[in-house]
Amino acid sequence: MKELNFRQAIGEALLEEMERDPNVFIIGEDVGKMGGLMGELGDAYSRFGAERVRDTPLSEDAILGCAIGAAITGMRPVAQLRFVDFMGVCWDNILNQASKMRYMFGGKISVPVVMTALSGAGRRSAAQHSQSLEGMMSNIPGLKIVLPSTAYDAKGLMKSAIRDGNPVVYFEHKLLMWTGPKSQVPEGEYLVPIGKADIKREGKDVTVVATAFNVHRALKVADKLQQEKGISIEIVDPRTIKPLDKEAILNSVKKTGRLVCYIEECDTGGFAQQVAAIVADEAFDYLDAPIKRVTAPDTPVPYGQYLEDHWIPMEPKLIKAIEEITA
Amino acid sequence: MVEIPREKLLDMYRTMVRIRRFEERTAKEFAAGKIPGSVHLYIGEEAVGTGVISHLRKDDYIFSTHRGHGHLIAKGGKTDRAMAELFAKKTGYCLGKGGSMHIADTDIGMLGAAGIVGSGITLANGAALSSVLRKTDQVTVCFFGDGASNRGSFHEGINLAAVWCLPVIFVCENNLWAVSVPTSCSLKIRDIADRAVGYGIPGVVVDGMDVLAVYEVAGEAVARARSGGGPTLIEAKTYRYRGHFEGDSGIYRPKEEVEAWLKRDPIKLYQEKLLEMKVITPEMAKQIDEEALAEMDAAVKFAEESPPPGPEEVLNGVYA
Repeated sequence: MKELNFRQAIGEALLEEMERDPNVFIIGEDVGKMGGLMGELGDAYSRFGAERVRDTPLSEDAILGCAIGAAITGMRPVAQLRFVDFMGVCWDNILNQASKMRYMFGGKISVPVVMTALSGAGRRSAAQHSQSLEGMMSNIPGLKIVLPSTAYDAKGLMKSAIRDGNPVVYFEHKLLMWTGPKSQVPEGEYLVPIGKADIKREGKDVTVVATAFNVHRALKVADKLQQEKGISIEIVDPRTIKPLDKEAILNSVKKTGRLVCYIEECDTGGFAQQVAAIVADEAFDYLDAPIKRVTAPDTPVPYGQYLEDHWIPMEPKLIKAIEEITA
Repeated sequence: MVEIPREKLLDMYRTMVRIRRFEERTAKEFAAGKIPGSVHLYIGEEAVGTGVISHLRKDDYIFSTHRGHGHLIAKGGKTDRAMAELFAKKTGYCLGKGGSMHIADTDIGMLGAAGIVGSGITLANGAALSSVLRKTDQVTVCFFGDGASNRGSFHEGINLAAVWCLPVIFVCENNLWAVSVPTSCSLKIRDIADRAVGYGIPGVVVDGMDVLAVYEVAGEAVARARSGGGPTLIEAKTYRYRGHFEGDSGIYRPKEEVEAWLKRDPIKLYQEKLLEMKVITPEMAKQIDEEALAEMDAAVKFAEESPPPGPEEVLNGVYA
């Protein structure tokens, strides 16, 4: 085993896959000599050269269109779109091209493209560099959506995403990329399957479904409530929003009888609502209390710690929700 | 003018006639209520797709438009499967899931018609990059219209192709109208090909009603792309004879303009030239036409007799 941080894990996955499969290449802004905005690509450029680590003009639509066109003709590109917010610039290629080609062309074409982007708040980056849009994007058929919370998951899921035959949107939460906790990962190769949740902590009183950085906030809360109030919290990390491992969530709720969806997204139409709806529909009889959603308000993400920390669903909001349904 | 083999000259004529007859038959079947969705016909623009695609190999790629039947047929697509798709049948190119705007056939390098104007421009770069990385000498042709030339994808896509010297031929089929808005209201410049200067690539204007003229400029562009010389922007001045879609009467277009273009019908012009060159006789022309008509009868029969997709097909084919 060795210890990796989130950034290193992603870089390792990319390099290993490029080594394994000559059809894998990286395309995006500043992926070359700079090695990615966060340096996460390490020495990819010096190892694989400008042909397979392709610095582009500042043209998100051209970057993603080029990646998709290469994917449908035999390549396995990883398109770095930097921030999920910038996906607005190339939305047509996500909404109408990558996600729909296979279906609308009668199932003959496959689109093995990975689209990576930083998401999430907490870096004081304001409204156009802080969004989380996985819930909204999960409404688009044809996409797979990956949202790892640990370095271990990040590496294994990136490798699975690259080998998948479908367009995979791979979100990297900013706080994980900057300061996320390290993981022990095997020296050798391993994969984390897409569509499989992970129980990040076992418990018996309340199920908390959390993603990305919220998994770590939830872990802190779980320790605190266990210690202070004896409440036993189970944390389910879906890891992939789409396809969703419904069974893992349902099984947990059937055990605990209580559910809090703890998701750093604007509330309306978000992933938390989807999870709440599934559980209300399929495990209603097991519930001992109303389902709670701890999410962000329906506003743009504000700048600065004075406001942003009230936008982000911080730990006290989760504690309050859990206390309400366990009182 | 380059020397063109007689068989190639005849092939191009046959292709143009087949496209025309396919589209006329589509109009008839649409009017009869046999085609459930919208269709955009290529009638009047046959010389462009034919002249360009005549240079391509089976393994070369094309990206088409919402007006894509002609490109498909010129690339070697089957009219019966295309008609079956328009009829929404299971035997259609997309199993009845795509319709006119989404026909694709990877076996012949036809990578899709398009429901979003201008979307092919960025995708074409990817197919071209793919052939560069795989070290083949395939080329990619991207068709689009005057309307698409005003989309952001045109700028981002052609700039990237130019910077990376990709083997793409961008073919703008300028039929002067983006639905009801004329190019005089959407372009300050006269020729869209002028925009090539801004990307540092060759731009050329060609008479899109003259298939031999199109063939000549496309030949240079394809040769340049195949030999590593990078992209070309070709603007073919052409005209759609029908409305934007079937059912659009086209009342926004001046009558005199329509009549003037009809006089320069690409098939009529080419037939006259082939007769003059003694490549065909009137009898041969008649026979080619009769064969095309019979092919379309068979295509419609195939489409009509084909089974529809079952409801279970709704859920199939989303993911690989």
